Amino acid sequence: MTSGDPAQPPRRVDRAGIVIAALLAGLAAVLVWDARGLQSTAMYGMGPEAMPVVIATGLALLAIGNLIDALRGNLPARESADPVPVVLILAGLALLIAIIGFGGGFILATAALFVTTSAAFGRRAVLVDSVIALVMSTLIYLAFDRLLTLSLPAGPLERLL
Amino acid sequence: MMDTFAALAHGMAVAVQPMNLLYALIGVFLGTAVGVLPGIGPALTVALLLPVTYKLDPGGSLIMFAGIYYGGMYGGSTTAILINTPGESASMATALEGNKMAKAGRGGPALATSAIGSFVAGTIATIGLAFLAPWLVDFAVRFGPEDYFALMCVAFVTVSATFGDSPIRGLTSLFIGLTLGLVGIDKLTGQARLAFGVPELLDGVEVTTLAVGLFAVGEALYVASRRHHTEEKLEPVRGSLWMTKEDWKRSWKPWLRGTMFGFPIGALPAGGAEIPTFLSYSTEKRLTKYPEEFGKGAIEGVAGPEAANNASAAGTLVPLLTLGLPTSATAAMMLAGFQQYGLNPGPLLFAERPDLVWGLIASLFIANCMLLVLNLPLVGLWVRLLAIPQPWLYAGILVFATMGTIAAKPSVVELSMLAGFGVLGFLMRRFDFPIAPVVVGLILGPIAESQLRRALAISLGDPMTLLQSPISATLLGIALVALLAPFVLKGMGRFKANED
Repeated sequence: MTSGDPAQPPRRVDRAGIVIAALLAGLAAVLVWDARGLQSTAMYGMGPEAMPVVIATGLALLAIGNLIDALRGNLPARESADPVPVVLILAGLALLIAIIGFGGGFILATAALFVTTSAAFGRRAVLVDSVIALVMSTLIYLAFDRLLTLSLPAGPLERLL
Repeated sequence: MMDTFAALAHGMAVAVQPMNLLYALIGVFLGTAVGVLPGIGPALTVALLLPVTYKLDPGGSLIMFAGIYYGGMYGGSTTAILINTPGESASMATALEGNKMAKAGRGGPALATSAIGSFVAGTIATIGLAFLAPWLVDFAVRFGPEDYFALMCVAFVTVSATFGDSPIRGLTSLFIGLTLGLVGIDKLTGQARLAFGVPELLDGVEVTTLAVGLFAVGEALYVASRRHHTEEKLEPVRGSLWMTKEDWKRSWKPWLRGTMFGFPIGALPAGGAEIPTFLSYSTEKRLTKYPEEFGKGAIEGVAGPEAANNASAAGTLVPLLTLGLPTSATAAMMLAGFQQYGLNPGPLLFAERPDLVWGLIASLFIANCMLLVLNLPLVGLWVRLLAIPQPWLYAGILVFATMGTIAAKPSVVELSMLAGFGVLGFLMRRFDFPIAPVVVGLILGPIAESQLRRALAISLGDPMTLLQSPISATLLGIALVALLAPFVLKGMGRFKANED
């Protein structure tokens, strides 16, 4: 009868669960705040502000439900997570958005995302990956922009093609 | 009866046009190629390949979709068998026995029984779809807006609360989806909700952006964060690809039983292929003459669940096509595919565009046959796709994922939303919230709201209209039972546990 006993699991307050409950409650508050700015023009039945309030009520109830689960320690067990790769991939996405935003074009943007993601998954050969990424993005650009005539954003590299 | 045959024959005539056959072939090929990549289920396969169909006419694009859908399903089971990473929970039963078979050097027969079983189940279920659909359409024509609203309530509850691990977490996912569905201009009054003055938000949240963010970006972040835990191992396909006489004898009954579980459960607006696959798995385990093989690679444990999985996939097309009701993440993505052409599945579409609907149903048959012919010979190619090193694989997935958004709306706001949904998907995976209810909530939420408002406008604001229609009253009753059942059962379980 040690820690393996299912009848008496270790009941610990789950802090992440409390944060989740707080976020849900916050979301409910935003919904109500936003709905207050709407004008009900419907003569009969529901106006546009009714549904946000209904959903906000649901979110508030679910915030309480999640809070109870968190306080009871009812959340499923989690394995440890490594934050470094997550940050690397998010940095890659930020880089992609910045390059697209400043007109750097599709090829450079997706190549940047490719290299950071590959590094996040443990590759250290940045130069090799950069070459692979540039070739791949160029091929994708040609296939989709020229063959399928989707318009992908063009930058300095795309204008050379 | 005769009408169905005539309609189906007409659909076949549409589907066998050379261009359409080519679209189906491309769809099957791409669907399998993407579906085979580890961690990519059919829903994400459809979402990732949506941009490929942007420039096609609706008919061709839906036919390609049919191929992508079935191809993605088949690719997913290949991955489950060869590396034991089911792309979705419906492939879990397949992975259970199939991977053990592959480890024992019987990967070939495992892949074969899953391919042939998928074909048998897919064909029977598509026939079921063809005959059930017109009948349901006749019934659905009589639905008023209050009935539709009640039907959507049933779908909301069953998708989120009834069958998951935790009804609270399932409902939380659903309500996040419903919240996202509010964003944008209210169609009835033209007022902006939750747009916060950002012009890009006035059009609402794009379903593909949400799905790709949650599924692709979220999955990449999640796998990256726990890379230090798991080491995937690819089982080589050794020995013969073909099934022995014994294998056939042990497979055909599970195929048929799996189909019988899969199609009806998939066709109910309850969603999810998990239930039929696990029902099929436990049934085969009970009925088998070789109980000692279960857990060590029993072929029945692959044949049954695979058939159930495919039959239920065809089953989910019944509520999708006849009622416009998506009950799984994959069906939600199919609906998004319809919506990009301004088409709304439902009784009206059957009446207005029979060529399109029946062409799609006929293409399902054709895609199924193509898969059977293509997949076993090409299994070597799919295995090579599985061997792509993980860093390049996920880097490539993310490039494709963002490309879809860049092609649709190359704006900083849209791409930031994609990244934001990726973080949401990562957190939901980490804290064990189901993902599909978010997508279903985003798609169905606005439709449910407009049906409810229409119903209330017709009844001059009297909410009793929801209970006066017998259809709507029954459906709301079902929704209430489905909502309360998991809580009551859980309470009873706790009571029993205390008693012991």
